[in-house]
Amino acid sequence: MNNLFVYCEVEDGVVADVSLELLTKGRSLANELKCQLEAVIIGAGLKETEKQVIPYGTDVVHIIDDPRLAPYTTAPHASVLIKLFQEEKPQIALMGATPIGRDLGPRVSSALHSGLTADCTSLEIGDHEDKKAGKIYKNLLYQIRPAFGGNIIAWIINPDCRPQMATVREGVMRKQIINENYPSKINRLEVSKYVSDTDFAVQIIERHLEKRKVNIKGASIVVAGGYGVGSKENFKLLYELANVLGAEVGASRAAVDAGYADHERQIGQTGITVRPKLYIACGISGQVQHRAGMEESAQIISINTDPDAPINSLADYVITGDISEIIPKMIRYYKQNTK
Amino acid sequence: MKGLKIIVLAKQVPDTRNVGKDAMKADGTVNRAVLPAIFNPEDLNALELALRVKDTIPGTTVTILTMGPGRAAEIIREGLYRGADGGILLTDRAFAGSDTLATSYALSQTIKEMGKFDLIIAGRQAIDGDTAQVGPQVAEKLGINQITYVEEILQLEKSGIKVRRRLDNGVETVKAPLPILLTVNSSAPDCRSRNAKLLMKYKHARTVTERQDAAEDYLFLYDSRPFLNIQEMTVSMIQSEPDQLGLTGSPTKVKRIENVILQAKDAKRLTAADEGINDLMKELIDSHVIG
Repeated sequence: MNNLFVYCEVEDGVVADVSLELLTKGRSLANELKCQLEAVIIGAGLKETEKQVIPYGTDVVHIIDDPRLAPYTTAPHASVLIKLFQEEKPQIALMGATPIGRDLGPRVSSALHSGLTADCTSLEIGDHEDKKAGKIYKNLLYQIRPAFGGNIIAWIINPDCRPQMATVREGVMRKQIINENYPSKINRLEVSKYVSDTDFAVQIIERHLEKRKVNIKGASIVVAGGYGVGSKENFKLLYELANVLGAEVGASRAAVDAGYADHERQIGQTGITVRPKLYIACGISGQVQHRAGMEESAQIISINTDPDAPINSLADYVITGDISEIIPKMIRYYKQNTK
Repeated sequence: MKGLKIIVLAKQVPDTRNVGKDAMKADGTVNRAVLPAIFNPEDLNALELALRVKDTIPGTTVTILTMGPGRAAEIIREGLYRGADGGILLTDRAFAGSDTLATSYALSQTIKEMGKFDLIIAGRQAIDGDTAQVGPQVAEKLGINQITYVEEILQLEKSGIKVRRRLDNGVETVKAPLPILLTVNSSAPDCRSRNAKLLMKYKHARTVTERQDAAEDYLFLYDSRPFLNIQEMTVSMIQSEPDQLGLTGSPTKVKRIENVILQAKDAKRLTAADEGINDLMKELIDSHVIG
């Protein structure tokens, strides 16, 4: 009762990184709240899957295993969580801000009448005083996210409804194993108690999933372009520089929306979070949602025609000028100096 | 197959790309009055999918449902110009400050007043919040299934619907019985543009509140042409529990907001001049950041 739950996504028997990252964050929040960390794994053929989550400090692993529960469809997974949450009354429930988490989270929060905050970039524990009602709430979950076009950062709380629910994008939190043999309890749930036949009305006929082609999250250097790059054609310059430096190419949301780069390259609150050794921002103005996805980069170079672009405030090096002039020079002098 | 009854959920959103300093009120909610407002982009994709059903299945009707202030009637007119058959504006002070859950409650209670439907189609998410929560929450409150991230309706029969979903890493083909709620991605076809004839037909379409400000010359129109009446609904016209509405009915509260203020680092400043870039590359190579 009153513990912290993480819904774990599984694809082909592998627990998603975002779930492990949330377990890591969940562990530290649970320590602060002096409560337990519990994982929920719903799927098919879950042989020893619990071993993937226990090392992150999971006190209880709830497992529900049935051939019909994978691949993911909304209703059966929602039914399991709704019923389980009604029984266990968690104070906090976290899930990935993935296509699955964003499909499942709202359904569960609606059924339980609990608040849900999407795409949090930070989670903290803190108190809240409701002056009007003269009430003090202890140890609430602060769900922190940029809002409203990135012009503000909002601290969202759910004072009265439980669980306090939040989704977080992959890469925002860091995963960290604390003990391979962490003492953990396994709770296998009986399928028929949680799922009914009517939950399977929506059927998947065909699936074509591709392994991710780009690995921006793991890249030690990222060359990223924004709307200021100007065209898909100009983006080729970024690929040339990335190629020479052994980097990956990323993009801001504005560049993705403009069609300059694919969605899978999007960096920021609603994309990927990166922490490379070097981040080269080309023609990126630096809205707060973008910065949320790259501000922990070790070194940042900003190339922008606007000397006052907001991103420059994060940068270690600010180059004022046109990328079509500057990037070829960077390539040339890199080659000259590494010969 | 006989015509279907389709409801399109749409939202008028502030154009978040053009936000000024006074965009937020002291209580942390949005000051919509000062912002340019547009038809939420993915709701236009949703409208297009609905209109395509109407194109292929005669007798299908498409009704836009939106919740918002009076001026949100603008997006209903936009929808009428593109082929929707009608629209409902749900507007009342009682809904002010609603989070996604209170919004979903108000919308679902309104849908219950609208009678039987076959399909509800909504944009995946609105650009002012990017939460993608209202669609699934409305489906849950109506006790129907949902299919999210739809980009195409492949087949539609009495027995059910077959759609293609676009996920981050691929596509899925899914079938389900009706009624159902779909949320639509921006990868779906763009919405058709305004139709000149429909623009002529509906340009004087108004809600009852708007009519109070309309030029007197046109007032006679609304009796003789009922299609020019955009239906306006208030809280008194739906069944609702007051504690489920607006700020009170919203489990999430804004504790505080902070304007984003940037503290500049002490950056090295360069131009496109060769010497500076040469030095920079040397420095990065020497410190093993690159190379």
